Amino acid sequence: MTTDLSRRGFLAGGGTAAVTTFGFNLEAATAVAKELKIARTTQTHSVCPYCAVGCSVVIHTLGDKARNVKPAVVHIEGDPESPINRGTLCSKGASLKEFVNSDLRLTRPKYRAPGAADWKEISWEEAFEKMARRMKETRDAGFEEKDSQGRTVNRLANLAMIGGCTDTNEVNYLLGKFRFGLGVLGYENQARL
Amino acid sequence: MQTVAKLIDTSLCIGCKACEVACQEWNDQEFTLGTFGGTYQTMPQLEHNFWNLIKFNEFETDGQMSWLMMKYQCMHCQDAGCMKACPSPGAIVRLPNGTVDFNHDNCIGCGYCITGCPFDVPRLSPETKKVYKCTLCSDRTAVGLEPACIKTCPTNCLTFGTRTDLLRKAEDRAHELQADGLQHAGVYNPAGVGGTNVIYVLKDASAPESYGLPRDPTIPWTVSLWKGPVKVLGSMVFLGGILGTFFHYIRYGPKKEEEHADED
Repeated sequence: MTTDLSRRGFLAGGGTAAVTTFGFNLEAATAVAKELKIARTTQTHSVCPYCAVGCSVVIHTLGDKARNVKPAVVHIEGDPESPINRGTLCSKGASLKEFVNSDLRLTRPKYRAPGAADWKEISWEEAFEKMARRMKETRDAGFEEKDSQGRTVNRLANLAMIGGCTDTNEVNYLLGKFRFGLGVLGYENQARL
Repeated sequence: MQTVAKLIDTSLCIGCKACEVACQEWNDQEFTLGTFGGTYQTMPQLEHNFWNLIKFNEFETDGQMSWLMMKYQCMHCQDAGCMKACPSPGAIVRLPNGTVDFNHDNCIGCGYCITGCPFDVPRLSPETKKVYKCTLCSDRTAVGLEPACIKTCPTNCLTFGTRTDLLRKAEDRAHELQADGLQHAGVYNPAGVGGTNVIYVLKDASAPESYGLPRDPTIPWTVSLWKGPVKVLGSMVFLGGILGTFFHYIRYGPKKEEEHADED
């Protein structure tokens, strides 16, 4: 029987193994720290789009704004400075990153012509044009200057307006002005729990 | 550095599952659909990519069904069974702040930590063949941020802080609940594993089983035996072998190979 390991080599190896087994504690040396994934992100403050509570969120975006880089949303969490949620979020709010990065998210206006089966993607210009045209036609058709008893009412009952829960005070003020300007009576909000 | 801990006040949990989602989001886990068990629970058990589960324990008192909500995740035991059972040095480490964390570069996927855990927490991934569990967001706590689940909790059911502070807070809260009429309210911080860094305030501490928590968790005796006496014995046998070889060499000298060659 032959072996490449010499007696001396075996003894030396055994000695080293014995020292490692009995002599040292490697625990401290192996403690690890992972890198914080939001350490280099840009923080943007926004409002959760779901319910009427209107929790504030901080959106963490990775990317240094270089021309050839498309920034990506890597994390969204509650904004501790908000008096409404003070940094907390519910299960829906906590999942906002998926909402932003989802392939199903609508980012362009779509139009389905009367009688058509499919939605067609159109430009914002076209969408605004269509909306303005329809609003004008509806208002022209249904605006009441005076009621049946001859009193001035300046009302519009065949058009309604719907608001959103994430609208700020400023946006809501403008929406109000716009609504009163048109004479719209129907007014609702999507904000529901 | 002081040991950090997580306090879970089960009396305030409303089962909104925000902590589950926040955990998945922060750790970039992909949600895989589990099985539906007929309750409101997201899935029946923890998974290798699902480290934080709210258990909707259904409980009946006087014909009225009520829930005993229980946030189920790694308990970060002071005397951790997984750590004791792990044969790979540096795979399971205790961070300076007391957190029990896995270092997956060193994990060999043997699964001994699963056997060693008295709370049945670590899970083996079939893809990477490595074991995963809650890290107490060690990347967040390292820079002074609270874990993701704690930050998101809307009812203040979860609190993060030093262990000493939270133990005091837990006792105070238990007394408060007792004064409110829940006579059996108490703190769950089992001594069998040297106390845990995840502390519960239970509405009924006399029956932790109804929450799915073991009454008196201990590290399995097989792990203690193997990593205790048997390991010492094995090391002694190993050392004995080396010493025996050494003294044999001293007494009889090197093996004379030339003589054998002559005999053949």
